[in-house]
Amino acid sequence: MNRIKAFITDFGWPRIIIALFLLGLFISAPIVGVKLGPSFTDVFNRFGQNAIMVLALVPMVQAGCGLNFGLPLGILAGLLGSTLAMQLGFVGAPGFIVAILITIPFGLLFGLGYGKLLNKVKGEEMTIAMYVGFSAVMLFSILWLVLPYTKADLVMGYAGEGLRRSISLEKYWAKLLNDFLAVRIGDFVFPTGLMLFVGLCVLFIFVFMRTRTGTALTAVGSNPDYARASGVSVERMRTVSTVVSTVLGGVGILVYQQSFGFVQVYDAPLYMAFPAVSALLIGGASVTKASMVNVVIGTFLFQGMLTMTPSVINSVLKTDMSEVIRIIVSNGMIIYALTRKTKVTK
Amino acid sequence: MPNETPLLSLEGISKDFYGNVVLEDVTFSVGRGQIVGLVGENGAGKTTLMRILFGMPVIAETGGFKGTVSLDGKPVAFKSPFDALDAGIGMVHQEFSLIPGFTTTENITLNRETMKSNLACDIFGSRMSVLDRAAMRKRASVAIERLGVKLDPDMLVSEMPVGHKQFTEIAREIDRANVKLLVLDEPTAVLTESEAEVLLASLRTLASQGISIIFISHRLHEIVKVADRIVVLRDGKAVKDVPTAGTTVHDIAKWMVGRDVQASVTELSTCKENTFLSVEHLWVDMPGETVRDVSFEVREGEIFGIGGLAGQGKLGIANGIMGLFPGGGKVTVDGKDIPLNDPHGVLNSHMASVSEDRRGVGLLLDETLEWNIAFTAMQAKGEYLTPVLGGLFKLRDEKAMKKLAEQYVKQLEIKCTGTKQRAMELSGGNQQKICLAKAFALNPRLLFVSEPTRGIDVGAKAIVLETLRTYNREFGMTIVMISSELEELRSICHRIAIVDEGKIAGILAPTADIAEFGLLMSGEPDDKNGDAA
Amino acid sequence: MTLKADKLGKFLSDNIVTVIFLALTLVAIPFSRLSGTYILSNLIDRFARSSFLVFALILPIMAGMGINFAMVLGATAGQIGLIFAIDNNIMGVQGLVYASLLGMPISILLGWFCGQILNRARGREMVTGFILGFFMDGVYQFFGLYVMGWLIPIKTGQVAQIDGGGVRNTLGLESVRGGLDKIISLKIGPFAFPIVTFAVIALLCVFIIWFRKTKLGQDMRAIGQEQGVSHSAGINVDRTRILAIVISTLLACLGQIIYLQNMGNMFTYTSQRQAGYFAAAAILVGGATVTRATIKNVFIGVFLVHSLYITMPLAGKELFDSAMIGQYMSDFINFGIISLALVLHAWRNRRNADLARAGLRGGAALAAAGGDK
Repeated sequence: MNRIKAFITDFGWPRIIIALFLLGLFISAPIVGVKLGPSFTDVFNRFGQNAIMVLALVPMVQAGCGLNFGLPLGILAGLLGSTLAMQLGFVGAPGFIVAILITIPFGLLFGLGYGKLLNKVKGEEMTIAMYVGFSAVMLFSILWLVLPYTKADLVMGYAGEGLRRSISLEKYWAKLLNDFLAVRIGDFVFPTGLMLFVGLCVLFIFVFMRTRTGTALTAVGSNPDYARASGVSVERMRTVSTVVSTVLGGVGILVYQQSFGFVQVYDAPLYMAFPAVSALLIGGASVTKASMVNVVIGTFLFQGMLTMTPSVINSVLKTDMSEVIRIIVSNGMIIYALTRKTKVTK
Repeated sequence: MPNETPLLSLEGISKDFYGNVVLEDVTFSVGRGQIVGLVGENGAGKTTLMRILFGMPVIAETGGFKGTVSLDGKPVAFKSPFDALDAGIGMVHQEFSLIPGFTTTENITLNRETMKSNLACDIFGSRMSVLDRAAMRKRASVAIERLGVKLDPDMLVSEMPVGHKQFTEIAREIDRANVKLLVLDEPTAVLTESEAEVLLASLRTLASQGISIIFISHRLHEIVKVADRIVVLRDGKAVKDVPTAGTTVHDIAKWMVGRDVQASVTELSTCKENTFLSVEHLWVDMPGETVRDVSFEVREGEIFGIGGLAGQGKLGIANGIMGLFPGGGKVTVDGKDIPLNDPHGVLNSHMASVSEDRRGVGLLLDETLEWNIAFTAMQAKGEYLTPVLGGLFKLRDEKAMKKLAEQYVKQLEIKCTGTKQRAMELSGGNQQKICLAKAFALNPRLLFVSEPTRGIDVGAKAIVLETLRTYNREFGMTIVMISSELEELRSICHRIAIVDEGKIAGILAPTADIAEFGLLMSGEPDDKNGDAA
Repeated sequence: MTLKADKLGKFLSDNIVTVIFLALTLVAIPFSRLSGTYILSNLIDRFARSSFLVFALILPIMAGMGINFAMVLGATAGQIGLIFAIDNNIMGVQGLVYASLLGMPISILLGWFCGQILNRARGREMVTGFILGFFMDGVYQFFGLYVMGWLIPIKTGQVAQIDGGGVRNTLGLESVRGGLDKIISLKIGPFAFPIVTFAVIALLCVFIIWFRKTKLGQDMRAIGQEQGVSHSAGINVDRTRILAIVISTLLACLGQIIYLQNMGNMFTYTSQRQAGYFAAAAILVGGATVTRATIKNVFIGVFLVHSLYITMPLAGKELFDSAMIGQYMSDFINFGIISLALVLHAWRNRRNADLARAGLRGGAALAAAGGDK
């Protein structure tokens, strides 16, 4: 009994409620006439679509930099990657690979600057990260208008310049990963390629966290004074975590785009950090500790909820409450995590 | 004044923290207008005694205390410090509790401001009344005048010299309407000599106005100068309660540190003649433990002790050499210069340290024992890593880490459920052993150990000290041990340096007269002490 | 001479955010090709519109809680009040009073709730307040879209969504438009001065000045600087912090009502968030920091931010031949200036702490260090 109690306090009521809620949705789906096959297909697609951006948050949490509300910086690197690859005329798998190759140096650059900035400001890092992210998105909105993109399906039709609000990937690499080796079982489609790619990224972070640097990074988050006394440069580790997070955020948006089928620019990335942060927290992470398990469980629960709520609730209530539920759950989860006392109390 | 009821009397005060006795049958009293000097080493029980007097919640939470506290002859039991304040007891802390952006006046009258009520008070309560700044200023001036010092009532605390802050704090206490007793905890610690003189004078002024004072200080000459009576605490007992007249600094020093039993001098290893560690003009900016100008030499294979009272800078020496706080000067080990302000470089120079702040710096509380023990060696020396994919990159060698942890668990008798247990779940003594294991894992030739036995039980203490001795004897490890416990230093070290006010006051043999140690700690010049470095 | 230069340098570095903003505005004005009269009359209007909102941020800053991004909770309460005023067809200034009377208790309740949350998030009040605003958006949408029209019937057609479910996304406020501004409007040449609105703002200034002199105001200043010391002096820190947030939320509620009666229409589900972004930018542009804010900061900030809002889109159009660029530019400057202010403040804090530490090293250490060379 005590073990159950300990488990519940450790796991937290909000997560249990969300898990039960999702379970309830799956159970009631067939009853209200929602087909499970397509629903599961959707859940898996959206899981893969979002998982890498959630994963991108892990290094910074582990290094004690808190929740990376500055994820839009990485997303902007990804947007540069995909739009430039398209502009250069790459399509299909090579296009996607070129997009990643372009994303990585930009991610490194943004991450480095962002990391240096965060090292200068200890304290209200999360607020600053959030606003730096917002500013960068707005600055890039101007750039999307003035950068000399010329390809017809990228730029706005009537003016002939400035990127479109949302650019179709249909002729480029839409669903590239989703369709790769996809397995069809009845009306359920398993996006094998997408899952493999996510798996690869998870493995990368898993391995990274086990290197000397990854170990040092975790120690910095756990106790910066201990790490410093062991000869680790705390600031360097924090910067490393920011760089990894930013690059991975860029790759994450590329995966998102190919699954979604569109590249969204301008203010679309503005609030993209929030669902990722919520998903990580729903998976059981705290402001100071996060693991691969948190990423997988959290993304699955959160995206599962987002997918299932509209279809199930709409069939029952005949009204779309999913947006409201999303806002309350995701932000409620962040507040819960921010106000929760962390385990080590010095 | 034998016929008069003393203002404050403490009778038979005893207190233990879970069986660990801190105070035992302490009895003394403070008369009206009397200044009582309270002296004792760190851990003698001064702080706990004051906590009892002020009814700090921590006392009740840990099982209360035995004995009675009487004020004006009536027994009192304060439930919180606020009750004590209401009863007329004021406390002036070692750290300033002032609001930097407020003026002298605002600080003196903090939360006791003079107010003018208005209509809004009737609706929203008294917090809506407007402050009467003129009256507050007047009150502050009165309090300052009673102290007999010059303070600008309108100056911001953040712009004041240190001495003025101390006076502001005292003025705040005597501004209370019914203040009868003031407790001052090391009020002169941060003051210059001349500032301290002024403070002592104003304490006498206050006493002549009928306010009683308990004065805690490690500067014994101040005690002798200002106190009417002196109470010496040692190991939780009031060992002396004498009038100041006829008492010398030398006496007090002896009472303060002197144990009845002689230190059990164990067999010391023979150390080599060559100098292994040499420190010249070291300064370290460690808050609360500032090192000003320290020079000493340690021979190879020696156990060198550094003692002294808290806050005098002994801890700063190790932390500064290990590069954890900014510092300067010249440090050489085995003839090679050691880079300062570079923790990584130091760890690669055959040096290791065990921090005094076990939970804060010494451990990764949330991680496993394996991590705790192997991490430093991994980061500093690249050990416990295994190449994968043909040396493309290296990963943690979990197996080797486990082996290492198991080795030390066995060797140091660490009580745990396994090497995967998290460090926070261990007892203090076992945590300390983990810290030692972490340092040993670096195979150092020179080890700094700070406060190795602080807050751990007797059994663990013995093991920790024995382990240090073994490593010194068997592997010829040179050890610099920093401790507040003089007895402990005397039982293990070849030589002991005493640090006072950021400088080495003297270096003594462990067999030296106990009073000499006491005098060095109190910063008292002593002519007989000829062999000081 | 050098002393003067030093002073100027210090003034510039202390007010760098304001100076940058002023420079941007001065550049934008000529490019916008707007007449001085136009800009000025617009400024007067906007000044009356939004000053009150910005005042809501002063008290939490004083109490050491940073920028109260959760003021959107108060703005939401004000909007709820207005929805009911419109729905019950109460017009003019009566409508505004009605909305205030309804919004105030809601805002006090929300402020109390917010204070409780922020007390549990010490050291990260700002980010928590920000997310709290998002959270409240959800609750508010639930209320506006589902509770309204279902549990609480909507009486007026112009309030309801076209398909009948909940409150419209854009609500016309014609019936209360200018309810406050137009009671007495003084025309001087081309400029119209909404006297009553100005009087209300003046009254608020007097309140703030008076409040600083009260015991509660003094306590807020104290906890804003040193929570530990204040607590040991017997000040109830938690309660004082909650009071600061409650008053801030209440002022935000009234501020939003004043703002919307001037605008004349309301984006039911987004106006409150705009209020939060605007107020934070304005007070920081006005030279406030996370720990210090005065009435002067509010006025300078409102004046500067609006100058840029008026001129930037047109300047963008003139310079880049695209109004979009101007729009994005103002948004970028808005967010960027908040980032800059927060970063500078955090950076200065660290630098000052380092300087204070360096001062402690004392002469002996320095002499010893010098003696080595």
